[in-house]
Order: sequence, then C-alpha cells, then structure tokens
Amino acid sequence: MYQYIIRRILIFIPMLFFLTVIVFALLKAAPGDPYSRILDPEISAQDLEDLREAGGLNESIVVQYVNWVTAATKGDFGESFRYVGRDVSDLIMSRLPNTIYLSIFALAITLIVAIPIGIYSARNPYSPLDYFATGFGFFGLAVPNFFFGLVAIYLLSVKLGWFPAQGYMSSSSGDGFAAFIDRLHHLVLPGLTLGLASTASYMRYMRSEVLSVLGSDYIRTAKAKGMTERTVLYKHTLRNAMIPIITLFGFEIGALVSGAVITEGVFTFPGIGMLLIESIGTRDYPVIMAITLLLGVFILVGNLIADILYSIVDPRIRYD
Amino acid sequence: MITAEKEKQQKTDEDYILEVNNLKKYFPIKGGILRRTVGHVKAVDDVSLNIVRGETLGIVGESGSGKTTLGRVILKLLEPTEGQIVFENEDITNSKNRKMRDIRKDLQVVFQDPYASLNPTMSVQELIEEPLLVQTDLSRKERLQKVEEMLDKVGLRKSDQLKYPHEFSGGQRQRISIARALVLNPKFIVCDEPVSALDVSIQAQVLNLMADLQEEFNLTYLFISHDLSVVKHISDRVAVMYLGRIAEVAPKKAIYEEPLHPYTQALLSAIPTVGKEKKREKIILEGDLPSPSNPPSGCPFRTRCPQAHDLCSQVRPDLQDVGDGRLVACHLYNEK
Repeated sequence: MYQYIIRRILIFIPMLFFLTVIVFALLKAAPGDPYSRILDPEISAQDLEDLREAGGLNESIVVQYVNWVTAATKGDFGESFRYVGRDVSDLIMSRLPNTIYLSIFALAITLIVAIPIGIYSARNPYSPLDYFATGFGFFGLAVPNFFFGLVAIYLLSVKLGWFPAQGYMSSSSGDGFAAFIDRLHHLVLPGLTLGLASTASYMRYMRSEVLSVLGSDYIRTAKAKGMTERTVLYKHTLRNAMIPIITLFGFEIGALVSGAVITEGVFTFPGIGMLLIESIGTRDYPVIMAITLLLGVFILVGNLIADILYSIVDPRIRYD
Repeated sequence: MITAEKEKQQKTDEDYILEVNNLKKYFPIKGGILRRTVGHVKAVDDVSLNIVRGETLGIVGESGSGKTTLGRVILKLLEPTEGQIVFENEDITNSKNRKMRDIRKDLQVVFQDPYASLNPTMSVQELIEEPLLVQTDLSRKERLQKVEEMLDKVGLRKSDQLKYPHEFSGGQRQRISIARALVLNPKFIVCDEPVSALDVSIQAQVLNLMADLQEEFNLTYLFISHDLSVVKHISDRVAVMYLGRIAEVAPKKAIYEEPLHPYTQALLSAIPTVGKEKKREKIILEGDLPSPSNPPSGCPFRTRCPQAHDLCSQVRPDLQDVGDGRLVACHLYNEK
C-alpha cells in the first residue's frame, strides 16, 4: 500500500512536467507580452526593448521555460504584474483559504443532502419524495451554475435579503464566534450554487447504486440470516453502494476547486477563482500560470485520494 | 446408498417439519399513468405441500413455474398473499421481525448463484461468522472456531478464511454458501437451484456434499431445480410445478418410473438418454407456457396437454390422492 502511494506520487512528476509545458506553451502562444500593456505613451521603443531584455523575454523559449520551472519548484512564481511588487505565491496564499472554505462548504452540503435522499429514494422508489428528488436532480444537472447563482442572488439576496450577495465577510463582522457565523452566512449562496450540480449527480448515483445493491442476492442472503433491516442497510448495502461514490468523491475535489472559478466570479467571492478571472482580464501571466498549475495539482491529488479511498472501502482491490 | 436408509426413516411416521396450506403469492402488475394495479402475476397459486422431517423434497418445473417464488415465500423473504405456512407446528405466516429472526436459525437457504449471493466485500470468515453474530451469544473465539469447523466440513481449507469470494471458483463459493447456511445448525434448508450455476463435474461433488451433510446433521431439504437428473439424484419425493400450481407429487421412484400427469410424462420424456437405456418416446409439447397473469380456465396445462378433453377447460382439477403416497392434479385420474 505504501509502495503504491509512493509510486503514485512518483508518477506525478512526469504529469506535472507535461502540465507545466502546456501551461507555459499556452501563455506563450497568447498575443502580447507583459510589457505591451505599459500604457505610458512616453516610453521609447528602445526602453521597451531594454525592459524585455532585462525580463529575460529575449532568451530562447527553452531557457525561458527552464527559468520559470526552476523558480516554480522553489515556490517562486515571480511577481504579479498587476500588483506591482507582490509575490504571486503570496497573492495566491491570501486567496486560497477562501476557496478551500467554499469548497468544503459545498462538499458538505452535497454529502449531507445527496446521500440520505439518495438512500431514501432507493428504498422507496417511485414514492412522491423520490419523484421530487428525481425532478430536482434533473433541474440541478440542467441549470448552469452561473444562472442559478444569479437567480439565487436576485431572490434570496435582493428580494428577500436573507443572505449577502457578495464578498466573504462583512466589514463589521466582529471577531470570534460572531465572525465565524458571519463567514458562514457569506458562504451560503456561493456554496449552494457550487454544490448544486454535484448534489444532483451524487443523489442520482446514490439512488441507482443502492437500488442495484438492494436487488442483489447477497442482500437476500443477509436477510435470510435474520439480520435487522438496519444492519442489512448499513453493513451490507451501504458498504457496497459507497464504492463508486467514493471514487467520485476524489474527482470531486479537483472539480470543486476549478468549478469555484465561475461561482466566485458570480458572487465576487475573493478566492483563487476570482483571482484567476481578474488576472486573465489584465494579462497577469505569472498569476494565471501559477493558478492553472495549482488546479492541475488539485485534480491529481484528488485522483490519488480517490484511489486510496477505493482500496480502503473495497477489500478486493489490493495495490501491490 | 443414503436413500435406502432415509426411506426407512420417513415411513415410520408422519412427522411433518413444514406444512404449506393453500399458499398464494400474487405480484401486482401496475399500469397506466397512475400506476394502478391492473392485474396480478399468479406466481404461486394455491399450493399445498407437506415435508417430512429428514427427507428431501425436490421441486421441478420449467422457468416461470413459480418454484423459486415458492421457496422465497416459505422462507418469508416474500410475504405470502394468502395461505398458511406451518414450521415445526408453529404458524409462521404472519411472524415478523424478532420472532421471524428466531425462526431463521432453523430455516436457512442456499441460493442459486454463488457469484451473487456472497457479499463481495466480506471475507469468507466474516461471511460465515455473521449468522453467529446475529443469532447467538458466542464469544469471538467460539465463533471463529465454529467457522473453522464448518469450513472443514464443506471441504475448504483453514487458510481460505481470510480470502474474499472472488478468489474462489464457483463450486468453492457454493461450498462457502453451504457453510454459511449450516453454521447455525438449522433444521430445514431451502436449496434454490444450488447447483445449476456449476459445471456438471462440480455439480456432483456439491450434491454429494449436501447429501453427506444431510445425513450428518439430520437436515430436511426443499430442493428446487429445473434439472430432472439432479432432482432424481438427491430427492426422496418430487413435486412437479406448472404455472404456479402443483401438478403431481410422488415418491421419486414412482414418479420417474411411472409418471401420471401428462405434464410430468412430457417432462420426463425430455431427459436425454445415453446408450443402451431404452429409448423413451419423446412427447413434444406444443406452444409456450401461458402467461401466469392470465392462466387458462380449468386446468392450467390444458392448452398444451395432448390428452385434454372438454372437462379440462371447465373445471380446475384438484390435487387428488391416488394411493401409494401419490398426489396428482389431473381429470384423467378422477373417475376411479
């Protein structure tokens, strides 16, 4: 098992290498360079050329790539062009916690809502609540994130005034517990929006998995042993039904963080998604590259977690 | 060799371990927008059976004849629609929850598909131990000791107990299922096509194992199968089912040598014969099994029966005692 994890982490290295090449190449292929947005009309062509020379942009593309990667491995992604003098890693670290809170909140909503309803639907198929859940499931999958976000802002924030429409905390939030509640209050709408699609799909998965396990012969065997409904449900049904769900869960980690880009944009929620959008708008290349790389790492780590969890819940899988 | 002894045993008295009286199981057919019940599939339709302690009653019938449903209703894995199930002189038709759980100690089952009937995420040890965990107060040490004993009885090794079901062959898995069923020392076992998913060579091994265990633990089997040769090998008495009803019940020897019901005759004539055995005349049945949601009037078999006459479409024949422990539901034998 440990060997497997180490091997999996080693595989990260070539994957990350390709990821950096792609990120670097994409940005190189984009028109313009950081200095072309200097709007000072007084600047001479010679000065601009000097700046490029000093910034290393006249080196060959391979040298530029090696320079960037070498620095990046040390956690140095250079300075932001927009926030002059501010380290990219610094900038990201100031925003990352917000995104993580948002993702955890969304994930918690997903699991708390989707799993019990999915189980209920499977145990009472074609009941009114099951039909309702199915309807909600299709709604959640069909409605785009940003649209749901806008409607939620309009109804729950503008019309009813229940939740704040933007930001991650009030200016007068106080501290301690009150601040925590204030933060949570700000998380509700973006969290719901971010979790909507995954709640819907988890619910559907859970329903079909539990339904198929409930129909299997070994559940009948368990009942014939004289076990109570509850024990059969927890010990036999859920254990088997959760296997595919847990695999999904790993991928979800990567998907949530990248899904946060759109949601954070809608709610002007200051996480790394919002930062990415701002940076794209202002061609802040070092930040864009760093965040893209970070999202890639999240997806890789999510996959690793999925595989490890998979081997824990399914004893048939042995990694050695 | 085993049967001779058992026949002696059963003739001594009428000690029924299980009595089934007029059992019915109808499955509703839902239709229309409002999913109202528009009809019923009569999977088991008015079946009465008695099973003597220590015997093996074979149940044969083609697919859709209701034999598996009958087994499941007897086990109370399905609720009967009507009728009565008496196990060890106790009416268990309406027993539920706690009471039913107690009865399950004595009433166990081996399912058809050894690939599906074992939880894939549990080791052999956990699978066999679980019934003890649910039903007894044994300590962990005692439980594990019983598991090892059972494994030994069914011919598996001690070292197998930490493996998972997918690591075994079909025959070995069925042995695990049998160990699981037997670990509680039950009195009665419903065997629902326990060997039909296995190779022919493995079938014989498992059947012999079941016969040996029956002798050792004084078990009673209800043995459901569509395979007439398998039923012949293991049963003391045989019941033939057709369309949810029993067509004929008789001691094995009688039914295989001189079948009475035209359906039984047709079934038996379909057994392939080898070499010097005298060739039977094959009776080929016309048509398909009628729908159990809309069975024919009168005798359910009359649509395919070569000897059907007027009375058959008007009056449903009851199961009649025709002597020598034989019962048959056919108008041909009513007159006498």
